[in-house]
Amino acid sequence: MTNTVTYPATYHVTKAAFLTDATICIGCKACEVACKEWNEVPDDGMIWTGHSYDNTQALGASTWRHVLFLEQPAVAGPQQVDMENPFRWIFLSDVCKHCGNAGCLEACPTGAIVRTPVGSVLVQSDVCNGCGYCVVSCPFGVVDKRHPDGRAFKCTFCYDRQSAGMIPACAKACPTQSIRFGELAELREAGDARVAELQLRGYSDAQVYDPLETSVGGTHAMFVILGQPEAYNFPPAPEVPTIYLKSAWTSALIAAAVLAAIVCGAFLF
Amino acid sequence: MSATDNPPPPPSRPKASEARLDAIREEAGSTGKVVTGAGVSPNATIPGSADYYNLPVLKPPTWTWEVPLYFFIGGVAGVSSVIAFVGHLFQADPRMLRLALWIPLIGAGLCPALLISDLGRPLRFLNMLRVFKWRSPMSMGSWILAAFGGAAFLALATNELILYGIHIPFLAPINGLAEFAAALTGLLLASYTGVLLGATAIPVWHQNRKLLPAHFLTSGLGGCSAILELAGFLIPATQILGFASAIIETAVGLILELRHTRAAAPLHHGKSGWTMRTAGLLEGPIALIIRILWHAEANGRRAAAICFLIGALCSRYAWIWAGRASAHDPQALFQEQQRKS
Repeated sequence: MTNTVTYPATYHVTKAAFLTDATICIGCKACEVACKEWNEVPDDGMIWTGHSYDNTQALGASTWRHVLFLEQPAVAGPQQVDMENPFRWIFLSDVCKHCGNAGCLEACPTGAIVRTPVGSVLVQSDVCNGCGYCVVSCPFGVVDKRHPDGRAFKCTFCYDRQSAGMIPACAKACPTQSIRFGELAELREAGDARVAELQLRGYSDAQVYDPLETSVGGTHAMFVILGQPEAYNFPPAPEVPTIYLKSAWTSALIAAAVLAAIVCGAFLF
Repeated sequence: MSATDNPPPPPSRPKASEARLDAIREEAGSTGKVVTGAGVSPNATIPGSADYYNLPVLKPPTWTWEVPLYFFIGGVAGVSSVIAFVGHLFQADPRMLRLALWIPLIGAGLCPALLISDLGRPLRFLNMLRVFKWRSPMSMGSWILAAFGGAAFLALATNELILYGIHIPFLAPINGLAEFAAALTGLLLASYTGVLLGATAIPVWHQNRKLLPAHFLTSGLGGCSAILELAGFLIPATQILGFASAIIETAVGLILELRHTRAAAPLHHGKSGWTMRTAGLLEGPIALIIRILWHAEANGRRAAAICFLIGALCSRYAWIWAGRASAHDPQALFQEQQRKS
């Protein structure tokens, strides 16, 4: 079994990572509660959405863990009964991906967003001036401006707890160890092993969501999911927006040269 | 006959049956919506495997009204410095050059005020100059605006000293250098805003990243020459610049109109689409036609100038609204990325 992990009393990692497993999650939202309480994240209202049990809807400035509830007309792995009406109910706790190449970090004009020693991406609240550019630069739609505070907020990877040798609040509170915390390289292996095990047990569409092949360059928050990433609102091929810089600046410089020539031409006459 | 004798026929309602329940289930499963039958007005959707309740993946831009207005003013001010510098080289009317130096200074005063008021923490605006990050267009823009403000102030101040006949050593060369610096930073100021939008995760913005800098520069060019025309400088140079901007904007409008990816939908539909189209018509074909028909008449040129200014201003708002609509459309993002992979 992969979900029997015990953590030592103090636990320091060099490259921190989450591995969140949709096949173990029971949708209890303990991670959401633990995150809000530990990090003193303010209430951001609640509406009844009608989207299964998901009344949180999305990650945001005041939602750093978000449990997704998927209802799919698909066979749940080794299901043997009622095959004419296949149905599966999937839960997964979403979180900031702490990208290898983070769009928010690249975009931040104040240097408020930094890479921490454990490899996570942190918004320093005492520096952020709320310009909002990270919001449109995150390919996962994670970071957002909090109203009326004015600054941008997102998951801190419990950097305060990690600094003190403690595991993040959500991983600590998870009753099924669907949220695993540990070394990035080890959890990458654990994710692959878990998918291999699931496929052996009949979950043929199990996969790891960790965009290693795109410019995002892998994430520090990986997920074991069933089915396609789109169903979890995960972009299938996320790109860090800095890849667009070269063509945009080239176009800007060419256009500037052309404009200068036009102005010269106009005054020549 | 009274109405009670002939009651309206009841809404045709399919007969309840197990087959009907299966049909409802099938329709809901394939369309993602619960069937709208008589007396039923559901808003809940049934998730498919292609999205998550059609909820947005991305976060919409948080920028308020100040930012598109800044794009407009910054563009006009930036290009005005170019006109001032080039006009100086070609010995244009000094009265016009003086105005073309005042516009950048007014812009350099308004722009930071607008940007600071858009910040979530306005008192921390100086943090913008805390680091220099060439990979962040927002950081580059802050430095460009700061440099532009300094150069525009120096260019205007030295020009005013020369006009008032005050003699200070090296005044003319300092004036020339300051005007050159203001023109260079002005070009960057008027174009980097296109890069700012183009280098984001928002599909409608990054798919137009090559077009946006040229589009914004042209809006600045036409806007500045329109202001000069409205101020009374109906010289051939402003006429040529007006023609050139309207022609380029017509081409930009055509390119945008002919783009029909899912990500381009906010350019065609809804609030952003219709604002974009109206603005594009005003600064493109309409300004061009007015200029062609009444090219010899002062009022015709003034009308074309006003059309262009309104169009240029509205199109900046349309681009921000299009970004919001784009962020709210998960399918635009999925289709773009599925095509790539």
